[in-house]
Amino acid sequence: MDFNDTPQEAAFRSEAANWLKENQLTDADREGRSPLEVAKLWQKRKYEAGWACIGWDKEYGGRGASPIERVIWDQEENKYSVPSRFFVIGQGMIAPTLMVWAQPQHKENFLPKLASGDEIWCQLFSEPAGGSDLAALRTKAEKDGDDWIINGQKIWTSQAHYADYGIVVTRTDPTVAKHKGLTMFIVDMKLPGIEIKPIKQLTGDSDFNEVYFTDVRIPDHYRLGDVGQGWTAALTTLMNERLAIGGGGPGADVKLAMEIASLVEINGRPAIEDSAVRAKIAEFHVLEAGLEYNGYRAITALSRGELPGPENSIGKLVGAPKLQAVASFCMDLLEESGVLWSEDDLLSSLAQRSYMGAPGLRIAGGTDEIMTNIIAERVLGLPQDPRLDKGIPFNEVPTGN
Amino acid sequence: MNFEFSEEQLMLREQARGFLGQHCSPSVARSVLDGEANFDPELWQKVAEMGWTATTIPEEYGGLGLGYYELAIIAEELGRAVAPIPFSSSVFLASEAIMAFGNAAQRNKWLPGLASGDSIGTFALAERPGSATADNLLSRYDQQSVTGTKAPIADAMIANFAIVVCKASPGHVHLAVVELSDSAVSRETLKTLDPSRGHGKVNFDDSPAELLGEQEISWSALENLLDRAAVLMAWEQLGIADKALEQACDYAKQRFAFGRAIGSFQAIKHKLAGMYVKNTLARSNAYHGVWALASDSDSLPLAAATARVASTQASLYAAQENIQTHGGMGFTWEFDCQFYYRRAKLLSLAIGSERHWQDRLVSALQRQRAAA
Repeated sequence: MDFNDTPQEAAFRSEAANWLKENQLTDADREGRSPLEVAKLWQKRKYEAGWACIGWDKEYGGRGASPIERVIWDQEENKYSVPSRFFVIGQGMIAPTLMVWAQPQHKENFLPKLASGDEIWCQLFSEPAGGSDLAALRTKAEKDGDDWIINGQKIWTSQAHYADYGIVVTRTDPTVAKHKGLTMFIVDMKLPGIEIKPIKQLTGDSDFNEVYFTDVRIPDHYRLGDVGQGWTAALTTLMNERLAIGGGGPGADVKLAMEIASLVEINGRPAIEDSAVRAKIAEFHVLEAGLEYNGYRAITALSRGELPGPENSIGKLVGAPKLQAVASFCMDLLEESGVLWSEDDLLSSLAQRSYMGAPGLRIAGGTDEIMTNIIAERVLGLPQDPRLDKGIPFNEVPTGN
Repeated sequence: MNFEFSEEQLMLREQARGFLGQHCSPSVARSVLDGEANFDPELWQKVAEMGWTATTIPEEYGGLGLGYYELAIIAEELGRAVAPIPFSSSVFLASEAIMAFGNAAQRNKWLPGLASGDSIGTFALAERPGSATADNLLSRYDQQSVTGTKAPIADAMIANFAIVVCKASPGHVHLAVVELSDSAVSRETLKTLDPSRGHGKVNFDDSPAELLGEQEISWSALENLLDRAAVLMAWEQLGIADKALEQACDYAKQRFAFGRAIGSFQAIKHKLAGMYVKNTLARSNAYHGVWALASDSDSLPLAAATARVASTQASLYAAQENIQTHGGMGFTWEFDCQFYYRRAKLLSLAIGSERHWQDRLVSALQRQRAAA
């Protein structure tokens, strides 16, 4: 066991650090550009220098870096304030799906453009009738000559409003059991028949959309996997989703709680001296540190050639509720001032923003409850709940309203 | 970076698990629990023959000179097996104290016996309810003798000697080694919630003592010793946590109610998944803890407190919810669930409670923040 870099790792780290230092985003780069434009600019700069998606094969725009080198790169890149959230879905979840399931010409065409940030992708999975029960989705794809015609509705689709492409899971056979009648496709989001409506979230932001498909025509070569293999293909995406969105993202954390607890007072003494405050902070630190070292263990396993397993569900399952709890705790420390919301200064409202955003994180990409089921069934080997829809043709499964 | 045990270390784990499966089945803990003995001398003998008591003691003193990774692995397996032996007292505390503070003569005198298991040491800090500090201790070392009362002291009835923590100048303590067979020492058994690890009260009345090292040590030097022990204790606790989870899962798969395995109900499976999550975080924190211990890292105080708090929480939760999963049978004397429940609480109080280590954890964070 060794936390320190090997000589090769140290050399890689200094190469990465040097490049980042010389090529970091400047104020001039940011001037007059939207967050998405800045993100694309940064991604392109990395791509041209061979620092984009470094774990991917060279032919797809990466540099074939090892899992540990990826961690080192992330650690070094995160020392700078760089935008990355726009590419998490495309690079972290969809690209691995394409690598497994797409035809060779599509891999060659799409993967480099995902790496360079030229194209943004979205993931069209959830539906009004299928969220946690994803396989209950109803969007239809029907064969028409060499094409497929898609009709239906997707929901909670992040980035659909500016995505160039998406992957969509559809029902191609309603007469077989629900998991068996699904097929996945690549879809060009600019096609006629696709209508996108933003959803206003409780935060007031609109990160998600409803996407309506009306007679959208896509070619058969955009199919990912065989007809009826859509569920297996979707699992590739979901497993990578659990890796990509693991930690719960930036937001209120122990560092912020320590900062606030050192500033405010309880009974005329710094709050950090209060034993109840200390117990809470210790509890949060145990979770944060546990997740961090869990991550290092996962990377070590990856670097030994082991595949990421369902145990990675733990990152989001712990990270998202922790974010909510730390945020709420930080606001408590501020007493009445905890309600204040600042529009201009992200940092000053970090706790408040985290508090408002956390409920979404606990739901997106698999709710806490679904994640818990995954751990219980796939890690601990406990039996599934009896399912009323099991083995029944999809079109005979009972439905509510 | 490589955050995993080596092949050899993983083999040691297999070997230790197999050995304890053979020689420390639950009936071993049960017979100590049911009987009058304070420990299982036969198991102690076998464990010593395996060389486990000698793990980190240097070869020149009859030890194996292995590292803390190996000791952590053994600690976890002993936890899984709820072994009724004085391993943590003698190895994590007494041997470590002598290696840390003893002079050459003292090392020569005590370590070979500790390594071979012929001698059992214990560590006497507690004197009364509430946490001990440098300034509230009543025991005194003066002119090669100790006077005071220490209780409850783990393994006091079977130990050959104790390292007695005595009050010294403000913020300092004396560590005095006292042979417990001396006529100026009296001992009485104390009943505790885990009789498979006996405890006692020890009275020192001008008892002959030898000062460890040549002088008093600072309280923070003592805390460093406890940090090191806390990492190893965390691994032992982790063994309990994992075994309790395993037992609960096994039972949930085979026990049927309402026509189905109870493990198929979300009320049960979410409970068990919650145990798994706590255990996994505790394990990852314990990895970091043992790395910090083995590499003498500056981050040891934070790493140790974090591992200790995480393992305490995980083991207590797993042990209590294991009983809950078993329902009424889990509450019987006949079932083994009680062993983990008893031992988890016992270990969570040895060398300081969860609250104590949470406090230490935040102090370490404060120091880190001040240094940044």
